[in-house]
Amino acid sequence: MNFEFTEEQIMLRDSVARFIQDEYDFDMRQQIAKSAQGISQDQWGTFAELGWLSIPFAEEHGGFGGSAVDVMLVMEQLGKGLVLEPYLATVLLFGGLLQKGASAPLQAKYIPKIIDGTCLGAFAYLERQSRYELADVASTASLKGSDYVLNGEKVVVLNGANADHAIVSARTSGGQSDESGISLFLIPLDAHGVQRLGYRMMDGQLVANLVFKDVAVPAAHLVGELDQGLALMQDVVMEANMALAAEALGIMEQLNSKTLEYTKTRKQFGVAIGSFQALQHRMVDTFMAYEQTKSLLYRAVCALTDDEEDAATAVHALKVMVDRAGKLIFSEAIQLHGGMGLTDELDIGHFAKRLMMINTTFGNGDHHQAQFNALRYN
Amino acid sequence: MDTAFSQEELAFRDEVRAFIAKAYDAELQARLASGEPQVYKQAVVEWQKRLHEKGWIAPNWPVEHGGTGWDATRQFIYDSERAAAGVRDVVPFGLKMVGPVLYTFGTQAQKDRFLPAILASDEWWCQGYSEPGSGSDLASLKTKAVLDGDEYVVTGAKIWTTYAQFADWIFCLVRTSNEGKKQEGISFLLIDMKSPGVKVNPIVSIDNHHSLNEVEFNDVRVPVANRIGEENKGWTYAKALLAHERTSIAGVADTKRGLNLVREYAKREVNGGKSLLADPMFQVRMSDIEIELMALEFTELRVLAAVASGGAPGAESSLLKIKGTELQQAVQSLTMEVAAYYQGVLPNDLGAEQLGHEFGSKARQSYMYGRAATVYGGSNEVQKNIIAKAVLGL
Ligand SMILES: Cc1cc2nc3c(=O)[nH]c(=O)nc-3n(C[C@H](O)[C@H](O)[C@H](O)COP(=O)(O)OP(=O)(O)OC[C@H]3O[C@@H](n4cnc5c(N)ncnc54)[C@H](O)[C@@H]3O)c2cc1C
Repeated sequence: MNFEFTEEQIMLRDSVARFIQDEYDFDMRQQIAKSAQGISQDQWGTFAELGWLSIPFAEEHGGFGGSAVDVMLVMEQLGKGLVLEPYLATVLLFGGLLQKGASAPLQAKYIPKIIDGTCLGAFAYLERQSRYELADVASTASLKGSDYVLNGEKVVVLNGANADHAIVSARTSGGQSDESGISLFLIPLDAHGVQRLGYRMMDGQLVANLVFKDVAVPAAHLVGELDQGLALMQDVVMEANMALAAEALGIMEQLNSKTLEYTKTRKQFGVAIGSFQALQHRMVDTFMAYEQTKSLLYRAVCALTDDEEDAATAVHALKVMVDRAGKLIFSEAIQLHGGMGLTDELDIGHFAKRLMMINTTFGNGDHHQAQFNALRYN
Repeated sequence: MDTAFSQEELAFRDEVRAFIAKAYDAELQARLASGEPQVYKQAVVEWQKRLHEKGWIAPNWPVEHGGTGWDATRQFIYDSERAAAGVRDVVPFGLKMVGPVLYTFGTQAQKDRFLPAILASDEWWCQGYSEPGSGSDLASLKTKAVLDGDEYVVTGAKIWTTYAQFADWIFCLVRTSNEGKKQEGISFLLIDMKSPGVKVNPIVSIDNHHSLNEVEFNDVRVPVANRIGEENKGWTYAKALLAHERTSIAGVADTKRGLNLVREYAKREVNGGKSLLADPMFQVRMSDIEIELMALEFTELRVLAAVASGGAPGAESSLLKIKGTELQQAVQSLTMEVAAYYQGVLPNDLGAEQLGHEFGSKARQSYMYGRAATVYGGSNEVQKNIIAKAVLGL
């Protein structure tokens, strides 16, 4: 039994924390959010230099060979800084799919470019109708000669507006919601027949809808087995959910500590509002919600690291907790800041919006609770 | 105990429906939905003028001042029909806030000067109560008014002033004395926004809109004739108004409409091959809200009936405010869940067809702005303090 991090892990965590503190304060973050690209190439270059883009990749591709714990530590700090650069989309999703499913030549071609910061990736899986069902895929890819021809539309693609490459899910056989028959393809987004429509989300993300019209994809760009893409997606999404939860935990910590600080300094009726017991109990509740989330996060990370059978159960439980605890924490943070909490200028609302979007990424609380129920009680 | 509508009441309901169907036309609705501030303002004014022409602009005012003279049932019917048709309530600052203060405590000259323009929506009002240092503890306010001949000289700043950028007039609480209890040194002033020394600074809120402002007063001269009632008695007048404000913040009828919309959205949304509305977990989320709302609708009727038979909205209005705003937020939150990942969409140039979704951005805006409902009009924590003290005697 050991909840200590290794010296290396502590160094990694502190290096991200220091960077956020020195180079990525809230003003800088807002400046980046308002820029045309919505992310900063300079900052991304720094991430590459500091080695953060290499963390989950195998050493043979120049990676750091890191573990789920390393990813967790980085994501928690990125959450604290509300970092906009596409770590999730490029490194964990696009990179994760390559690492786990792509052929050796594809890995050799793209992973080093992710690591040196020259490839921005995306995972295009959502469709208008699909909500939280990964298996609901209406886009199609059919074999024509030695190429596949891809048709369909993907929506709210994270990093979709800036990515140069995407891994796209498409149906190669079966009906729209069948578990088998989904395949994944790596597609350069400047390919003929790809149209992108970029738009902004409330958490500062610049996403895109991608429309594919008869896009030719060489068979060599298949990622994973033909028709067996779902299992690969689920595997990568499970780890991504853990990473999102870590990001959420960093945000929760910020919201709680900033709110606590505010209630100690804001005075009404001649006293600090933190002296009112009605508010004290609520801050105790948000403190407990944070600690419980942290415990489930650690539980999920341990299960993932040891490849335990119940890793999926732990991750579903975690995502439910992130949803419930997150809503409690950001609602209280806004409420206890009074009018100030309602302003765009203050960071509180921006932390809240990122938590909200995390909750809708790869399934909200109710979705994961249903999955949890199915695993535990059916 | 009988809550069934009479024949006359049913006929009245039909009249309301028919009027709204005709007067609240599609062209007006499009302008009301505009993101262009001046287009929006003009559309609001125009809608209110149509209500005024019909004689329905002030359901809560007595007949002699231009109100409708409706009893509690008719007010309830009107409000239900208005909300069910998706018609937003009137801008409250003139009609629901300063209007009642004017006809209750104002001089004849003040009534003659201000009431007609409020009823006709010719003048836009805003509310200048809160200050940077005085929110929940409103009585600690510091904006001061010093008498100089027959004018006050006003200095200080108000904050969170909704639609000050549109306003012709602001009603303000100002400090006229530092003696005795802090509530006893406050006066109620009506200030022309065009007065030299008034400056409006915008505040963008978390719904990415500009409705809030800071209003600065730098040696602004205000005629004594613009003071309501006696000097240093302003707190009494303001308190009378706050109860009205709280009752109207409850918004039961609008929340009902919101819940019906969620039902429609959820019916169309497919999740795992089934309508989201058929999902047992979603049904529990819906019914948790609907059951509370069914109760609150009757609580509101009980308050309305008590007021109609001569009572004043008192501590019960705090109950309505707390529950009403909690349920508004619950409906907004559920709408966001239905919108799923589209809940984050900011306004953009893509139409619903290209985007793949209709109500995400609207849901986001209502939800984000809706966080304010538990803060303004006296925060819900402060309302609970009032109930604990005034109702439970703690
Ligand atoms: C969208 C919006 C529109 C508004 N429009 C107007 C307007 O048009 N005109 C106007 O004058 N004002 C307006 N307000 C201001 C509003 O009335 C104040 O925000 C409100 O009174 C709270 O004051 P505050 O923001 O200073 O918060 P604070 O009073 O600082 O409160 C901070 C937190 O402490 C809690 N708290 C304070 N005292 C106690 C206590 N004794 N016990 C327990 N908890 C307590 C509060 O409930 C809150 O959660 C608006 C506010 C918003 C958000």
